[in-house]
Amino acid sequence: MIEVKNLTKYYGDKHAVDGISFSVKQGEILGFLGPNGAGKSTTMNILTGYISSTSGSVEIDGYDILDNPIEAKQKIGYLPELPPLYTDMTVQGYLSFVYDLKKCKIPKKQHIDDVCRRVRIDHVQNRIIKNLSKGYRQRVGLAQALIGNPEVLILDEPTVGLDPKQIIEIRDLIKVLGERHTVILSSHILSEVQAVCDRLVIINGGKIVADDTAENLTRKLSRDFRYIIRVEGPQEDIQKVLSSIPGMKEVLYNGEKEPGAFEFSLESDPSLDIRREVFHRIVTRNWTILSFRSTEMTLEDIFLQLTTGDSAAAEATLAGADKEEEKPASVEPAQVASIEVVNPETGSLEDVSKPLEAPSDVQEKKVNMNENGGEE
Amino acid sequence: MLAIFKREFNSYFTNPMGYVFLAVFYFFSGMYFSITLKYNSTDITMVFSYLFEVLMFIIPLLCMRLMSEEKRQKTDQLLLTSPVSITGLVVGKFLAAFAIYGMALAVTVVYSIILSFFATPQWAVIIGNIFGSLIMGAAMIAICLLISACTESQIIAAIGGLAAMLLLWMVENVAYLLPDSFAWLGNILSQLSFSSRYNNFCSGILNIGDVLFYISAVVVFLFFNVRVIEKRRWS
Repeated sequence: MIEVKNLTKYYGDKHAVDGISFSVKQGEILGFLGPNGAGKSTTMNILTGYISSTSGSVEIDGYDILDNPIEAKQKIGYLPELPPLYTDMTVQGYLSFVYDLKKCKIPKKQHIDDVCRRVRIDHVQNRIIKNLSKGYRQRVGLAQALIGNPEVLILDEPTVGLDPKQIIEIRDLIKVLGERHTVILSSHILSEVQAVCDRLVIINGGKIVADDTAENLTRKLSRDFRYIIRVEGPQEDIQKVLSSIPGMKEVLYNGEKEPGAFEFSLESDPSLDIRREVFHRIVTRNWTILSFRSTEMTLEDIFLQLTTGDSAAAEATLAGADKEEEKPASVEPAQVASIEVVNPETGSLEDVSKPLEAPSDVQEKKVNMNENGGEE
Repeated sequence: MLAIFKREFNSYFTNPMGYVFLAVFYFFSGMYFSITLKYNSTDITMVFSYLFEVLMFIIPLLCMRLMSEEKRQKTDQLLLTSPVSITGLVVGKFLAAFAIYGMALAVTVVYSIILSFFATPQWAVIIGNIFGSLIMGAAMIAICLLISACTESQIIAAIGGLAAMLLLWMVENVAYLLPDSFAWLGNILSQLSFSSRYNNFCSGILNIGDVLFYISAVVVFLFFNVRVIEKRRWS
């Protein structure tokens, strides 16, 4: 649906965007992520034809934005960073102007009412935009982008200035829109991108540093050498046994998390896979592993790694992961799973002690995130 | 284009600009007209020849907002990313200002009708006057619109427009002051004068060259305007 090839933009001799290429399929929600000044808005402005690229091409549904601007723009709804509102107009008047501007064919009154209902501004339709709060202005901006049901929606930080409840509403709205429209969404709020987007493009310094799904990025970049293990048995002995495993760098005692069960954070030499050894040594001593997992990197970690000074290293890791992936990827997850299955995991003990806490997916996720956040 | 025209035209009346423009125009033209009546003259030409000076001051004010404000409020992002050509955008805005100016000028039709109660006016002269004012105003609007497109500040657009108007008004005098060796330059300059061509209309001379002069000024400056906006996208 959207094809971007080798997009470059100079401002004077400053590279704002430097050779960006990516494509977005129909019905996909793409998250555009990057620190301030990374070139997100510039890229979006080029995609929508507001500014021109120095070189490279943008195609919207087969129409080049420079060669066939009218056809291409007809397919785009754009919400810039600052909503382009005429503050002396009423919401109704403004949307009706946008409707005329986009030369829509759908029944007018009905369509505007419908869009207003979707972004929940139907009760302020007759107010002058000047008098609306930031959150409402943002929503009017979003409404403007939706007018004419464009196939492609390009939203530059759509949830800025909204309150938490509205943010959730807008996210849900974007998800729904993603079913029928192709959406590109920029943000520096990571949880938002994670919650809404199918795919992420992380850019830094005008270059794409990563382009993948959130899960893949997490998997590729988290080097599997940090684990959290919960073992039932004598605490000091467990610690000794764990420390004596070859390749183990550090064993940190996290405390008694359940009666008689202790938790440790393990860090090992990245070149060695210690999981089998850990499992083996504990099982032979007749202790019980209650849980064993690698601490996954959160999106936040990835983002920081990719966009700070470390980015070259991170890119190398990504590239490396791509190559290695072919062989071990199919094996690894299976093994991890098997360890978890062998464990009596959430089995007997946890169920007995806390019968009510049969955690749903969501709860588990939250616990994971909290623990990671606390430790790193 | 139509959408932009409609919005701009309405916006003249959602903020005071349109009313102020019309009020000022009606006031001064009314003043000159009453002077005409006082001297028992049916020669409405005087009204028009004085109007040039009034227009010089109020047309920059009429146009100052048109382009500069879009840029300052970032609403140009909406216009330039919507399926409208830049030419359509510029022409829409031009027509909106021109329509307001037309509304202002329409009052002179009323004056002519009033005159016709006292005596039979020279209709040819009156029509020539109205037509001349119309296309000269259009050229002035096109120039001020271009100046507005070059800046983000309404004030600078207004002052720039006023300066351009003053220059067009004085250009003839400058031509007279030039030494003989620069006669060719003086010749060119006096050809560019807005006021002398306008005076032709006022004295009832419909010169095709004058008509073409104003119309081509409109076309050229609107074209520049399109180029200025186009160029900004590439910078």
